[in-house]
Amino acid sequence: MADNDKPDGIVLTEAQKKSRRQRSVAIALALGVLVLLFFAVTMVKGPAVLVRPM
Amino acid sequence: MSVVDHTSIELSPRISEAEVRDYVALLKPRVMSLVVFTALVGLMIAPVHVHPILAFTSILCIAVGAGASGALNMWYEADIDALMSRTANRPIPRGRITPPEAAAFGMTLAFFSVMTLGILVNWVAGGLLAFTIFFYVVIYTIWLKRWTAQNIVIGGAAGALPPVVAWAAATGSLAVEPLLLFLIIFFWTPPHFWALALFRSDDYARAGVPMLPVTAGPDATRLQILLYAIVLVAVALAPWPLGYFDAVYGVVSLVLGAGMLGLSINVYRFREGREAASATRRLFAFSILYLFALFATLLLEVVARAVAPMIW
Repeated sequence: MADNDKPDGIVLTEAQKKSRRQRSVAIALALGVLVLLFFAVTMVKGPAVLVRPM
Repeated sequence: MSVVDHTSIELSPRISEAEVRDYVALLKPRVMSLVVFTALVGLMIAPVHVHPILAFTSILCIAVGAGASGALNMWYEADIDALMSRTANRPIPRGRITPPEAAAFGMTLAFFSVMTLGILVNWVAGGLLAFTIFFYVVIYTIWLKRWTAQNIVIGGAAGALPPVVAWAAATGSLAVEPLLLFLIIFFWTPPHFWALALFRSDDYARAGVPMLPVTAGPDATRLQILLYAIVLVAVALAPWPLGYFDAVYGVVSLVLGAGMLGLSINVYRFREGREAASATRRLFAFSILYLFALFATLLLEVVARAVAPMIW
């Protein structure tokens, strides 16, 4: 019966869960900033955003 | 018969407990702040109007590119960082982040910073940022650092490029002014880093890094510091008589240059005991102030020129 109580796979400790949550939030924020940046620059440049001479 | 009982091997992947601040430490925030400041000056002195959002994007990309370089530097130098007291507390030697995690983090940031700068601003700036990251990681960190005492002289070019990248972001081209800023930082790097290396030479020797005080000795290093300081002061002053920067900059450069030369002479004169250690530390601290004040003067001049018509 004891084997049935044992959870499958890897069980994260509280510290591991907390740090993973922190990292996930940071990645989400970074992606959000990137989206806002592309949106804002597109608004600023208008159609010229597609004109990028080398 | 099997030598190793495979059934007894349990694969237990390492679960990271790294926090956001550990990743922030990988970016070398203090180096990044100097990069941001010098890049801001490069952007502001450009003779074109840059939309604030494009200016922000440019500086952000340069900052993230510098952070990526720092992370990749820490990835490659984890072995020597662990041996030096100044760097033993970095996230990889402390076991907070593994080298592959740092490498992945650095590569991701490098890719996004270059692509974002190229797509949103221009590809001259994007290409220059890519070159800067390449130069810092491959030429300086991987090749020069463990090979030659001239590591920080040649490698210093990477640290001198941010204002050039920023100018290119503003104008889409290059000119003499950003190259002057490049030269100032380039010749500033050796006296700054060799002053640090003089009072950290035991650290560098233990780690086997061929810094000048380790390979050529402290006296030769003191002479080199003085010679580079003379060249630095001349290079930093030259834009004034050449007409690129005005008299306010010239006077500030002259005063700061006198301080830089005086402290370098002290480093050359005092070779032993507390006086020598004090002279070296003073030069190291002043060199940071020197570069900051010189660039701040250029920035203030631009701000004054922009504000003056509103007041008068």
